[in-house]
Amino acid sequence: MAELEVRDLSFRYGAKQALDRVSFALPEATFCALLGPNGAGKSTLVSLLTRLLVSPEGQVVVAGHDMARAPRRALAHLGVVFQQPTLDLNLTVRQNMRYFAALHGLPRKGLDGRIDAALDRLGMAERAGEKAADLNGGHRRRMELARALLHRPRVLLLDEPTVGLDAAARAAIVGHVHDLARDGLCVLWTTHLTDEVRDGDHLLVLHQGRILADGRTRDIRGEMPLSDWFLSRTEVVA
Amino acid sequence: MSGLWGVARAIMGREFLRFVHQRERFLAALVRPLVWLLVFAAGFRAALGLSIIPPYQTYITYETYIVPGLCAMVLLFNGMQSSLSLVYDREMGSMRLLLTSPYPRGWLLFCRLFGATLISVLQVYAFLGIAALFDITMPVWGYVAVLPGLILGGLMLGALGLVLSSFIKQLENFAGVMNFVIFPMFFLSSALYPLWKMRESSELLHDICAFNPFTHVVELIRFLLYLQMNWQALAWVVGSTVVLGAVALWAYDPSRALMKRKG
Repeated sequence: MAELEVRDLSFRYGAKQALDRVSFALPEATFCALLGPNGAGKSTLVSLLTRLLVSPEGQVVVAGHDMARAPRRALAHLGVVFQQPTLDLNLTVRQNMRYFAALHGLPRKGLDGRIDAALDRLGMAERAGEKAADLNGGHRRRMELARALLHRPRVLLLDEPTVGLDAAARAAIVGHVHDLARDGLCVLWTTHLTDEVRDGDHLLVLHQGRILADGRTRDIRGEMPLSDWFLSRTEVVA
Repeated sequence: MSGLWGVARAIMGREFLRFVHQRERFLAALVRPLVWLLVFAAGFRAALGLSIIPPYQTYITYETYIVPGLCAMVLLFNGMQSSLSLVYDREMGSMRLLLTSPYPRGWLLFCRLFGATLISVLQVYAFLGIAALFDITMPVWGYVAVLPGLILGGLMLGALGLVLSSFIKQLENFAGVMNFVIFPMFFLSSALYPLWKMRESSELLHDICAFNPFTHVVELIRFLLYLQMNWQALAWVVGSTVVLGAVALWAYDPSRALMKRKG
């Protein structure tokens, strides 16, 4: 069964068609890269997947729950790392995590242990008492990831999560999320950077609001480097 | 149910921590009405003669007259401050984090609004305390009786901030919009002068003041401070809160405008 399924999803901003009948299905233990140039419709798709926007056309199903009919259950199974920082810089790492836990209705009993475990997975356990303002960019992103995993979602959505990070921090976070997918999580990773996509990943290419390609990266790019394949398809069409 | 309460506590707790970390905001919120009270009112007390009007039963000083208006001013500025922080939250990701919680969006926004209102009310009491130190006092039980009025007024002005925040695209646009909201609302009200005095100079201005919901927040506070109820003001404030709250819910509906701006 698909953990994340999108069926015939369309969206318009007035006259502009931002998404046009987008469909895909992702099973568990999948790392799916959603690759698209700027303006392809990635942000709109992320907003629809997280119910920041609602479309009258199409369907989003998270862990078997329809986002339109059962938004609470669907959102409860979805972890999101937004492109924009969500941390309150005045609060400590632990206070930020507690705030998020409450937003998701996690019980207070055993919460600290859960927070410690989530931070530990990301190598952040010793920073629990530090103010978010004192963390560097890489650590803040890792904390965002730990936050998104705190309620143990079945689907993890990351919206260009490496923006502004240096090469080492980028590589670390890409590697870690691949590990999470290998351990069973269904991951949708949006990006416009081809070097974040591995050959074995599931690849969705979004261009001008439509899915241009859907399959295994190696099969899609053929003999061409992914960056060349991507440029040839998106620039020619543009 | 415990989840709803837990999320309310978390959102309000975050508002409170944010307030604690911004001490300058607290000072600014206090200095503003105190300047009006101790400088402006002192200068104008001779110029502005006041007759005995309800809820007052005797002649009062001008300083005493403007205290309720200044309480409402604290609520007004805080409501707008809260709306400013909502626009900031939207530019950052915190608003997205809030709105992707599985709890009902209306409840999340109400908790945010209520948390900000409680902070405002704390500041009003700090202001009333300082005013009392300068011998500008109200009946003792008035300080208790005014609490529901302050909360209601704070909710109304916070809901107005919520509505404005949904229509303001970027932080840069904020100052301009505020000038078109804060100053007209404050000066076209009974905060600084009674409505009958306004009528003496212009019938139209009087009608505008009488139609301004802020006037009714001021009057509700004024009457409650003197242990009386102004039913008309209460009806206006409740009605305005309901209307503004409904507009805010409409504006923050996921199928509508707010997030379409990619904020």
